[in-house]
Amino acid sequence: MVDDSTRKTLSSIPLLQMRAGPREKDVWVQRLKEEYQALIKYVENNKASGSDWFRLESNKEGTKWFGKCWYMHNLLKYEFDVEFDIPVTYPTTAPEIALPELDGKTAKMYRGGKICLTDHFKPLWARNVPKFGIAHAMALGLAPWLAVEVPDLIEKGIITYKDNC
Amino acid sequence: MPSAIDELQAMIAELKAELEDQKTTNRHARDRIERMSAEVVDSNPYSRLMALQRMNIVKDYERIRDKAVAIVGVGGVGSVTADMLTRIYTFKRCGVGKLILFDYDKVELANMNRLFFTPDQAGLSKVEAAARTLSFINPDVRIETHNYNITTVDNFDKFLTTITESGIQAGQPVDLVLSCVDNFEARMTINAACNEKNLFWFESGVSENAVSGHIQFIRPGDTACFACAPPLVVAENIDERTLKREGVCAASLPTTMGITAGLLVQNALKYLLNFGEVSDYLGYNALNDFFPKMTLRPNTQCDDRHCLLRQQEFQARPKPVVEQKEEVSDEPVHASNDWGIELVSEDAPATESTSKATDSTQVTAGLRLAYEAPEKETTQATPQAAAGEAAAEVSLEDLMAQMKSM
Repeated sequence: MVDDSTRKTLSSIPLLQMRAGPREKDVWVQRLKEEYQALIKYVENNKASGSDWFRLESNKEGTKWFGKCWYMHNLLKYEFDVEFDIPVTYPTTAPEIALPELDGKTAKMYRGGKICLTDHFKPLWARNVPKFGIAHAMALGLAPWLAVEVPDLIEKGIITYKDNC
Repeated sequence: MPSAIDELQAMIAELKAELEDQKTTNRHARDRIERMSAEVVDSNPYSRLMALQRMNIVKDYERIRDKAVAIVGVGGVGSVTADMLTRIYTFKRCGVGKLILFDYDKVELANMNRLFFTPDQAGLSKVEAAARTLSFINPDVRIETHNYNITTVDNFDKFLTTITESGIQAGQPVDLVLSCVDNFEARMTINAACNEKNLFWFESGVSENAVSGHIQFIRPGDTACFACAPPLVVAENIDERTLKREGVCAASLPTTMGITAGLLVQNALKYLLNFGEVSDYLGYNALNDFFPKMTLRPNTQCDDRHCLLRQQEFQARPKPVVEQKEEVSDEPVHASNDWGIELVSEDAPATESTSKATDSTQVTAGLRLAYEAPEKETTQATPQAAAGEAAAEVSLEDLMAQMKSM
């Protein structure tokens, strides 16, 4: 399921240690720090390898996340808003990453633009609780989804290139 | 000019009255019933249900009026469940049955391959559409609706408060929670809430390929919670990959959902009215009509700390004495056995399988593990060690700022 380049990307993202959800106020801060450290490292790696593809930030509590992700196709950049909540049962359950503007445009999506992660990502996450965090969800959940769906959506003419990106 | 305005106003008043009239005649096909009667007549909507009492199936059917049930997820299974419960609920003087509905979704035309909702309801929130139809079916039922996603941090607290305080009497918990949701996250959320508040609940589900379903009765501490055995266990005899169609996230069939809702409400009813035997787990495989039934015991290493607490409480509680079966005499039934016929027990110990299966997740016949659970690491024991190394000196604000400036 995971190819060599993904494995390499994955191995350079730090694993997390703290098993803590957003309701456990005292230890959640610790988990949140680990989340940010992993994300920063991942973005740095992406920049270094010329494959920078997303930005994320969160609210103060670290329970709501939002940002942008983009995908290069035939030298054109297609950009989308990303958002998700940290579920109360995190990290046992993975965040449900959503691309709201694509809602209704592809079948591989649940209501509200939540991308379908059931097959390619959820079993991986379940096997790696609590070591995987948001950075891993981006690398193993959203990235492969974009790689499969975006070219298809472009080909079908459902999404078109916007100059201002 | 003023006469034209008067004319229009008169017309508006007339139309308003007409609309009001339509509303009362259509939406309330019958008035609330003051007193429940057991008489079997065509005009009594409860007579067929009260007959259960006369036939000695149920001791006191009217007890249903004291029950409040929360239904989380009003989709394919949840809406039919709510419909069934609405028809089952009865009314007598001050008490009524109560339904609390949770869902954050809207009715869509894509839902029309399911039961209950009608095309004219497209666009309405599912709880609102359901509440309208349900109070039309049975005006005696009290219906409370909650239109939000329970898995987010803010809404979870609202959800907890509702299930612990919106019972029949204000401030009391609901009598039963029925999970009719379609995703793992929501199930884990209900599980966390019911473990924390020690509420009994039924989990239900229909597989993504629409050809199997199950219900599971979860009594925190007594039976396995949803986190005790996460979806490691899958029903055998179906290769799901062969059924999954490209480009479709989930299939659904009104039949499978109706059957699952039926199994769910039947068992909820048996529990609420204390009759028959409530199944702890009942599966349904539509392809070969296989109904596995079993009891899953709690996992002593469950990840949910409230589950472990409930397990301790359950162990400490005195168990009700189980009726002893009369001893069977050892005397042979047949004095002679000319043909040497002997009976071999079907569940004779199979040595290989018992050594393989982990004792905590008792996998019964017809089931297999989808994957091995990750090995437990004692991460919780060493938070200081982990914290001390890298993160302690960096503040969260710095990290947030750093990420934002990238």
